[in-house]
Amino acid sequence: MGAGRLYAAVAAGGFRRYATYRAATAAGVFTNTVFGLILVYTYLALWSEKPHLGGYDQAQAVTYVWLGQALLSTLAIGGGGVEDELMERIRTGDVAIDLYRPADLQLWWLAADLGRAFFQLLGRGVVPFVFGALCFPVYLPADAGTWAAFLVSVGLAMLVGFGIRYLVALSAFWLLDGTGVVQMAWLAGFFCSGMLLPLNVFPGTLGEVVRALPWSSLLQAPADLLLGRGDPVRTYLFQAGWAAALLGAGRLVQSAATRRVVVQGG
Amino acid sequence: MSDFIALEKVEKVFEVRRKTGFLKRERREVRAVDSLSFTVARGEMVGYIGPNGAGKSTTIKMLTGILTPSAGRLRVAGIDPARERARLAHRIGVVFGQRTTLWWDLPLIDSYRLAHRMYRIPDARYRENLDRLVDLLELGELLDVPVRQLSLGQRMRGDIAAALLHDPDVLYLDEPTIGLDVVSKAKVREFLRELNAERGTTVLLTTHDLQDIEQLCSRVMVIDHGRLVYDGPLAGLHEAGESERTLVVDLERELPAVEVPAARVVRVEGPRQWLAFPAGQSAAPVVAHLAARYPLVDLSVREPDIEAVIARMYAGKTVS
Repeated sequence: MGAGRLYAAVAAGGFRRYATYRAATAAGVFTNTVFGLILVYTYLALWSEKPHLGGYDQAQAVTYVWLGQALLSTLAIGGGGVEDELMERIRTGDVAIDLYRPADLQLWWLAADLGRAFFQLLGRGVVPFVFGALCFPVYLPADAGTWAAFLVSVGLAMLVGFGIRYLVALSAFWLLDGTGVVQMAWLAGFFCSGMLLPLNVFPGTLGEVVRALPWSSLLQAPADLLLGRGDPVRTYLFQAGWAAALLGAGRLVQSAATRRVVVQGG
Repeated sequence: MSDFIALEKVEKVFEVRRKTGFLKRERREVRAVDSLSFTVARGEMVGYIGPNGAGKSTTIKMLTGILTPSAGRLRVAGIDPARERARLAHRIGVVFGQRTTLWWDLPLIDSYRLAHRMYRIPDARYRENLDRLVDLLELGELLDVPVRQLSLGQRMRGDIAAALLHDPDVLYLDEPTIGLDVVSKAKVREFLRELNAERGTTVLLTTHDLQDIEQLCSRVMVIDHGRLVYDGPLAGLHEAGESERTLVVDLERELPAVEVPAARVVRVEGPRQWLAFPAGQSAAPVVAHLAARYPLVDLSVREPDIEAVIARMYAGKTVS
């Protein structure tokens, strides 16, 4: 009970921290919208040449683009989650402060990241999506059940996204400067989550592999549920499996990292 | 329980790998803390000083449980810190002058609300402590200000309050006055003195500012190269460091160096001469001797500079 209230307070703090920077949010909405427009016209060109590419019709492809823009910052696929701050704290040694608190490091940062993700979903996700839905022909399900199934999948995607980024952040305990790892994670995330092109489009073994990787939980999985192409139970199991594996790995790495903690400086 | 903090032959050895060639690494052991033993009683306020890299922070990190000692026995409030870090966390407060525990982007009050939840402080006690700390540390107008907008002195006071909301039995302070102006330093010191006097909080203070020690601590421990080189009252440091007081005399005219038993002239500059004599000795016989034999105009006694005393102490230990 007490622990739940603590992490709820951390999540609320995470939400409000990001809510503080209104100009940054406005700039982010603008960027997502412009980026969405570029992708939409690219997709429209592609889908008029190859209709039903990846099993999507044109409206579904357009919806997929705006969904991607809505989830890009929410799931921090292009970076910008709490991992940046955590890595900086590991590098400077401030992580020592986090360690002597009577709280679990991983749950603390997970809560902070969920708070951030909810803010980004509302603050940066909704507007570009609504803009896209108003200006382009889109595919939107009529029944509330599909939307609910979609939102559950987004929640699981938040866990998977954090699981990946937490591992990336912990690498700083060994590397100190994690810039290279962050860039690799950013590239992998962008491609393997389906942010450039839906993973359904990729043929053969490449397609099979990217669809099995954890990143496909981020955008592809919720998108397929919204577009009425996925089975919720199977999708949830896939996402929850990756979430459990990644968070479990995060715990193992965390205990190894804190055991060898030679806090930098001071 | 009189020994609130107890260390018995505590050691901390780090293994450092050094690059000695392409793909070659040499392993070297660095003994950050070496057979360190001391006890601190409940309610004591102890200064813990030493040069950079002496092992101060390593000791503090072992006392909070974020580092595990390589050998020896360590207890804080009867708890083994490394084994029960979370349980101990409820009983200690930590303030790092160069780091902050506060939430950077959010108003100060949000960090306190978080501490309320984190330390599971009962509501009534939280409000009581918050009111008292806000009053004593003059934080009233700052509660709604985002931490990033606070001055260093304000942030420091904010950090001290955050460390004390859960009524810790012991407070570790690491450079709490670093970078602060004279007024802010005075405020922090006054608050710490009251905290110790009224609530009996045990305080372990690490600092480079010896005025902190002079004004707050009756006992001082000096650590160098991971070993305790002095533990006792501040006054005793002078003896341990073989310090000297200086008598500055102004004579009527330029004279050759005066001759006084138990004192020696260290400098002559026109009619002014500097005499050094052991810190434990009274100045009276020296002055009497001078007044009887030389044309004295004025004189003053300079107390030994504790900083110089400690520097001499470090230097002595380093050579041996």
